[in-house]
Amino acid sequence: MKTALFPLVAKQAMVRRRGKVLVGPIDLTLEGRGTTVVIGPNGAGKTTLLKMLHGIVRMNGGALEWACSREEAQRRQAFVFQTPIMMRRSVVDNIAYPLQLIGVARAEARARAALWAEQINLGDALDRQATLLSGGERQKLALARALIREPDLLFLDEPCASLDGRATREIEEILLRAAASGTRLIMSTHNMGQAQRLADEILFVLQGCIHEFSLAREFFEGPKTTQAHAFLRGDIVE
Amino acid sequence: MADLLDGMLRAFWLVVTLDSDLVEITLRSLRVTLTALAVASAIALPFAALLAVRRFRMRRITIAVLNALMGLPPVVVGLIVYVFLSRSGPLGVMGLLFTPTAMIIAQVIIIVPLVASIAHQSLRELWSDYHDLLISMNASQGQRIKALLWDGRRALLTAALAGFGRAIGEVGAIMVVGGNIDHATRVLTTAIALETGKGDFAMALGLGFVLIAMAITVNLAIHWLGHTESEGRW
Repeated sequence: MKTALFPLVAKQAMVRRRGKVLVGPIDLTLEGRGTTVVIGPNGAGKTTLLKMLHGIVRMNGGALEWACSREEAQRRQAFVFQTPIMMRRSVVDNIAYPLQLIGVARAEARARAALWAEQINLGDALDRQATLLSGGERQKLALARALIREPDLLFLDEPCASLDGRATREIEEILLRAAASGTRLIMSTHNMGQAQRLADEILFVLQGCIHEFSLAREFFEGPKTTQAHAFLRGDIVE
Repeated sequence: MADLLDGMLRAFWLVVTLDSDLVEITLRSLRVTLTALAVASAIALPFAALLAVRRFRMRRITIAVLNALMGLPPVVVGLIVYVFLSRSGPLGVMGLLFTPTAMIIAQVIIIVPLVASIAHQSLRELWSDYHDLLISMNASQGQRIKALLWDGRRALLTAALAGFGRAIGEVGAIMVVGGNIDHATRVLTTAIALETGKGDFAMALGLGFVLIAMAITVNLAIHWLGHTESEGRW
């Protein structure tokens, strides 16, 4: 029986860089189910917020509390970056790498990676160099690499930015499958259609603070704040 | 001009007839330099990766010193190693002075800063790419270093080749600690210095051409083995 990872509680969490507050102070409680979509204008602090929750950006104040120990929480989550980072290795070695880090033998890790490559339609590109892949293929590879350890929580920072419709659909299918098998997703996006398709909850971020946090259905039917209203209408919100 | 032509002819004859002295000192040159390169790489490459991955207080000073040491004067290094290895020195009991081992030690000291510096430059860039990913995946420090060394291996090859280039053409330090003893510590560069001193320019030039040809051959061989510049590789 695995111990619970959630709820994740952020208390007055804050990230400052060069005297400027990027995110915070944030008070937030995330429960253990569903998909949370973070939306907001550029520079609102979506990426920093995700990275802060993931623990790869140092906080300058406040605290993050998981239901389990920090180390364990760290092990059970993964992050897909806005620009996928390709290691200078073949596709299969890229996907297998997270498994090798936790001590899975190379042969077994590669076998499991090959299965994942099949699922993301890169099955015939196992030995290609990852840095030669197209944008959509890179993003799918990054997704497979993040999911191969079967994390309980997956952060995605605009996973479909600058991808076309088909690639976006493929990514969303993988995400829906992951969510169905119990992976908690927290993702940011600029694509309102995608937010409507995937979200259970919406986190509307403005100027580094959480402006509105509500169920997706309620949010899209009638946001509580005027700024969120304007943002949904497509107005420029600052 | 006549000397140059004569030198090329002499070099040609030395190689074609496989002159036994030439073969001996060429092989010794290779053995000393390649051993020094292997030892230096084993020290410098992990050190460069550690410098890229780890943030510690003296890091910037360490890097600055490393860069400065790239210009270490070989003859001074030779002198210091000489003092350490001489009979009255702290390591005198080992009896290493005027042996190929002493020459290897001197060359290691000369090329470690060079290899580490060049390797660090390229690994630093690689690390700025990998930083977020590896931290996100919870890679330990050892695993980060391993990933950098493996994925950056082609850039590291360049660093190693620079070290080879510096070591194979080096004469000051190995002259001091090796002594240029015939059939014991004479290598190509010290032989060239000797022949020049004797006024036998043709012989010196001949040996010089052999040295250049050997350096090029080793470089090409390593490039070929490493498949550098072939498509889609690093």
